[in-house]
Amino acid sequence: MTLSSFIVKNAFRNKRRSMLTVLSIGFSLLLLTLMMTLWRTFYMDNGSAESSERLVVRHKVSLTFALPGYYREKIRAVPGVVGVVPVSWFGGLYKDDKPENFFAQFGTDPDEFFKVYRDITISPEEVKEWQRDRQGVIVDSTLAKKYKWKLGDRIVLKGTIYPVDLELNIRGIFTSQPDDQSVYFNTKYVEESVDFFKGKAGTFGILADNPQDVSKISVAVDDMFHNSPQPTKTESEKAFGLEFVAMLGNVKAFILSICSAVVFATLLVSANTMAMSIRERTREVAVLKTLGFTRATVLVLFVAEAATIALIGGMLGALGAAGLIHLAASKTSANFFPLSPVSAGTIALSMFVAAIVGFLSAVVPSYRASQTNIVEGLRHIG
Amino acid sequence: MAIPISYNIRNLRLRKGLTIMTALGIALTVTTAIFLMALLTGLQRAFVSSGDPLNVLVLRKGSEAELSGGFDAANFPTLKNLPGIAKDSHGEPMASGEWVVVIVLPRKDGTGEVNVTVRGMMPDGLELRPKVKLVSGRWFTPGQREVVVSQSINKRFSQANIGDSMQFGKGPWKVVGIFDAGGSAYESEIWGDVNQMASDFDRQGGFSSAYLRATDPVAAQALKNRVSDDQRLKLEGVLEPDYYAKQTSSGTPIKIIGWTVAIIMAIGSSFAAMNTMYAAVAYRSREIATLRVIGFSRPSILTSFVFESVLLSLLGAVVGIILMLPFNGMTTGTSNAVTFSEVVFSLRMTTQVLGAAIVFALIMGLFGGIAPAWQAARRDILSALRD
Repeated sequence: MTLSSFIVKNAFRNKRRSMLTVLSIGFSLLLLTLMMTLWRTFYMDNGSAESSERLVVRHKVSLTFALPGYYREKIRAVPGVVGVVPVSWFGGLYKDDKPENFFAQFGTDPDEFFKVYRDITISPEEVKEWQRDRQGVIVDSTLAKKYKWKLGDRIVLKGTIYPVDLELNIRGIFTSQPDDQSVYFNTKYVEESVDFFKGKAGTFGILADNPQDVSKISVAVDDMFHNSPQPTKTESEKAFGLEFVAMLGNVKAFILSICSAVVFATLLVSANTMAMSIRERTREVAVLKTLGFTRATVLVLFVAEAATIALIGGMLGALGAAGLIHLAASKTSANFFPLSPVSAGTIALSMFVAAIVGFLSAVVPSYRASQTNIVEGLRHIG
Repeated sequence: MAIPISYNIRNLRLRKGLTIMTALGIALTVTTAIFLMALLTGLQRAFVSSGDPLNVLVLRKGSEAELSGGFDAANFPTLKNLPGIAKDSHGEPMASGEWVVVIVLPRKDGTGEVNVTVRGMMPDGLELRPKVKLVSGRWFTPGQREVVVSQSINKRFSQANIGDSMQFGKGPWKVVGIFDAGGSAYESEIWGDVNQMASDFDRQGGFSSAYLRATDPVAAQALKNRVSDDQRLKLEGVLEPDYYAKQTSSGTPIKIIGWTVAIIMAIGSSFAAMNTMYAAVAYRSREIATLRVIGFSRPSILTSFVFESVLLSLLGAVVGIILMLPFNGMTTGTSNAVTFSEVVFSLRMTTQVLGAAIVFALIMGLFGGIAPAWQAARRDILSALRD
């Protein structure tokens, strides 16, 4: 028998205990993987390659203040700017005021929209249709699936911020990565119906020449409007998105504290199992030593056993999390924070944590076992 | 006959290491659950305690929130003269036209910028919110660029002490007072004079909302209907408590994440408790057989082991509660899904939260204990004695 098969045999000599430990560690690491994925979605994903070349301009006071529409041409003149479009939050109700029926709706300029948001995939014919119809709207494919929308359907968005109900014709269905779950219509429709919004824009989306220009453009735009009655705040699309996460509260501390509680709980469970299984094998350790195994080998045997159990738990947990997120993503419910799929890196990190937990949990009891006197150990009654 | 409880307690004490580690594992799960429940309770309270049943909030028809409202100031005198409104200290109808805007302020601890609600109000605005108390300084003077801030704004943002100047709108605003809103949604607001605010944000000639205070709850209901039914006004009346109750949906993301976390952790902990109990049964198989020989029945052995598991989880619950105690009352904020601004609330470990935590632990104990206890009760006496 090789040492490795000896380890595996020992790890599952008490099948029920090992299974329960694997399950317990598995569930904890499933949670850890979910939390790490949440973290990655919020703080590490940079979206598409083009997202790093885009900026968002908003009113400096806050998002709830509109910007004058003529800023668009001024911004276009800034060196490095490839395209500018108004993107105005409409915030209307579809069907009813239930939160699950809420999705993002933006007014924009169909003629230039795709020059700035090039990572949105849609057929050119549908774009033409959208540009031709002032009441046209393009919708995200996930939303279209959820509400069973087809091209040519008419949807009504009841205004809450603006006193107007938009009657829109679906002219295109687009896909985007990451899923943006929004609809875009012609901002002129709102401007013509609502007096106080005439010649205004909620925000502007800018496409920069290259990612290096982003910070330069942001400074240039803000400086230009610095002393005007409507000063701006310009930031990268990523930073703009992070502001929404920051609004949710201290998310970082929240995730970190849950992660540490989970890791610590896993450590306890694993340590418990190892302590139990090592204690009942005191006599075996003495036999092993009598046979000529060194203390170091005995130590390694036990630690490896614990790591095996923890790793299996970790693997199950990480795969479970991946499956769970996949399942949640395939359910066609619009949610505000679409989670990124579990990455290989996250799985590797979970497994690494599992291995460390296994290692740490076994060190103390195994060390004690490896140090016991052979005669004492043989006499031990477990 | 039942097996005495002291038998279980002694057993738990005998194998201290195992007991402590399992209980700690359960404690961590309970701690997480309490944390999340306390968070939600605090948030709920912030909204529920905000509304005054005598106050009728007037918004533009179709508008969901004060922020997205906005109506012509010319409507205000009509509103003010509706019947059923209480009189203020000057003998006038108690009504306040208000402007609500959202501004961005940097957090004191440097963890980013937060949207904060600024409310411009008429002098009656203070009178019709009797639950809000001034803690230090004085109220703002109408016509001056002065603001009062809530206690939590004072704590969480820089430049928010009395005598400081806050920069927003068209220039500096002097902070003259700090108020205590008793954990309500106003706890996240900055208040000033409505006319000053409106001119700073170029919104003269309108209000985002109006508040009317009714003489009694029945009058409040009538007033609400009167506002909504008046065809000329195109406005909508809402009782203040109803308005805030709707905003509790802001807690949904926390709720979803919270329950997912708590349930997954609980399943993990149950398996750990099961492990410990199986070990306890295995170690004591001869003892259990002896108990049977003496005359204890299978059901009483089953009960005894389930009870031991429950005891173990209760120990975990107590440790968990003690671990969470220092965090009780801690304030934090999240974004209000309706107003887009930050709502500040504190963690509240109410008796319901503690009760739920204990029940939560009991379920884990039961779940972890039943299978091992079943095994213990079913063991064959002779073979167990021979072990």
